[in-house]
Amino acid sequence: MANVISDETIEYVGILAKLELSGQEKEQARRDMGQMLDYIDKLKELDTSGVEPMSHVFQVQNVFREDVVTNGDGREESLCNAPQQKDGMFLVPKTFV
Amino acid sequence: MEKGFSTAVELATAIRQGKTTAVEAMETVLDRIGEVEECYNCYVAVDREAALKRAEAVQRRIRAGELTGQLAGVPVAIKDNLHVAGLPTTCASRILESYRSTFTATAVERLEDAGAVVVGKTNMDEFAMGSTTETSAWGVTKNPRNPEHVPGGSSGGSAAAVAAGECVFALGSDTGGSIRQPASHCGVVGLKPTYGTVSRYGLVAYGSSLDQVGPLSRTVEDCAVILEVLAARDEKDSTSIAREDTDFTKALVQDVRGMRIGIPKDYFGQGLDGEVRTAVLEAAQLLGRQGAMVEEFDLDLVEYAVPTYYTIAAAEASSNLERFDGVKYGYRTAGAEELHQMYKQTRSQGFGPEVKRRIMLGSFVLSSGYYDAYYLKALQVKAMIKAAFDQAFARYDCILSPVAPATAPRLGESLQDPLRMYLGDIYTVSANLAGLPAISLPCGVDHLGLPIGLQLMGDCFQEKKLLRVAYTYEQLRRDKASGQNPKQAPDIEPAHVIRQAPGAEPAHVIRQVTGAGLVQHSGEEASQQAYARRKEGM
Repeated sequence: MANVISDETIEYVGILAKLELSGQEKEQARRDMGQMLDYIDKLKELDTSGVEPMSHVFQVQNVFREDVVTNGDGREESLCNAPQQKDGMFLVPKTFV
Repeated sequence: MEKGFSTAVELATAIRQGKTTAVEAMETVLDRIGEVEECYNCYVAVDREAALKRAEAVQRRIRAGELTGQLAGVPVAIKDNLHVAGLPTTCASRILESYRSTFTATAVERLEDAGAVVVGKTNMDEFAMGSTTETSAWGVTKNPRNPEHVPGGSSGGSAAAVAAGECVFALGSDTGGSIRQPASHCGVVGLKPTYGTVSRYGLVAYGSSLDQVGPLSRTVEDCAVILEVLAARDEKDSTSIAREDTDFTKALVQDVRGMRIGIPKDYFGQGLDGEVRTAVLEAAQLLGRQGAMVEEFDLDLVEYAVPTYYTIAAAEASSNLERFDGVKYGYRTAGAEELHQMYKQTRSQGFGPEVKRRIMLGSFVLSSGYYDAYYLKALQVKAMIKAAFDQAFARYDCILSPVAPATAPRLGESLQDPLRMYLGDIYTVSANLAGLPAISLPCGVDHLGLPIGLQLMGDCFQEKKLLRVAYTYEQLRRDKASGQNPKQAPDIEPAHVIRQAPGAEPAHVIRQVTGAGLVQHSGEEASQQAYARRKEGM
């Protein structure tokens, strides 16, 4: 039961993943993903009804602390790797066109 | 032991006794880098001047009696997905080509507090996604045991640097075997601690529920010493655990009498190389003769571990890597006119093929309509796998297995068929899914002289049991080797004794970046250009 990945699915995943793929890359992605999903489908052999999904191996709870500032301003450090900045802020291309 | 190939403990002892200094130790490592780095390409960045300065500062503190620990003055290499303030952190990806860290990961900070001195950042598979270190944007790392073969991955640069004498020990990260498998391929020791034992603060996340930082070293003793320094609860990582049993060096006892060792039958079936099988089973027999109870057993669900792992890891990766969007740091595409286009082009140009493949798969399994069938299903199977291990550890102190189905593949052999490469992770991914500690140590060599690794997995928080068995085996093997041959077993020797590094290869370029005193290495013209851009950005 091979997974056939449609053009629409690849488009949709591209949108979710925020990737712009060339025609050749799309073709490759379609093949790779189909092959991987065929393989992952192996999990369907297992009856998992009633099994609680395990997202974390230990029982963990949220860790809270008092809401007080413990670090400094850090603006300079935060901005020093920015591709573009202006007036102490990140500069990005137009958000509306 | 030969100069430059001492263990961390030996070196720190010699420094403490005044027989050598932290500065001399660093000079030895830097000289070695000068000799062989051009061939192996273990490092992404080496900061010579700063490393020597730090070594001087550490030496002063050792002399003043302020630093007395077992890592004081010892040169350490750091995988390029762990932040070290002032050094680049690229995760071997173009998308972070110009990034320079403004803070230091907790794991690195703890080593520095203990007096270890950072040499530089080591090469890796891009964002730790790969098993060969060939997906790095900065060229492949070669296996110091045989440069025609890969070092394994994703912490391939760290493992190779330890094997080649380009550092004394290293830090790596392990999401599905990324410490243990390269350690195995390069003939060194690597340990993935119980999830939560070492802080992940400052580790660039790949699969957050699976990632752990751990040591790569020349001996089991070093491994225990390093882990003792690393293990601590950290406020900055809410999944880190406050453990009280972190005196790991106490477990370095040569005695396995009465210990129960289980061998999963399903790990020794189809797909396992004959020489690996023989070496691993011989190790089990050796432990058996020392009084350990060794027996085979049925471990359930073995064939479901890899598909479960890749579903969960890809899902978490797709989420974790959303932050690389060209806004706050790293590469940004030129000429995008609006924001969304900028995101998409930046990511498409910045990420390599393997990273894109996993982000796409992860986005798919998390998308509405497929979430239950794939992602949730994988989390359910994960629970079942964990239960299978709980059952096994009710009967055994540790599980013995190979680390990988075969020794290091030849360069260029693996990336053609990703699925086949993923299947190579069969013995290592379960420890990450179930949060278990696992250690990899050398147990032989194949007919090509390539190292074979032995894996020991323990129940959560049972690192001491692993270290005890591993230490015992290591001592026995050393005794056995020195009994048979006045020289040691081939893979116990420094790498260059087995294989001389071939002459300078034109594809590899060492670049001295003036000013910051950084030596950067790259394997392709494209990445050299990228480095040139990074240099301009400094």
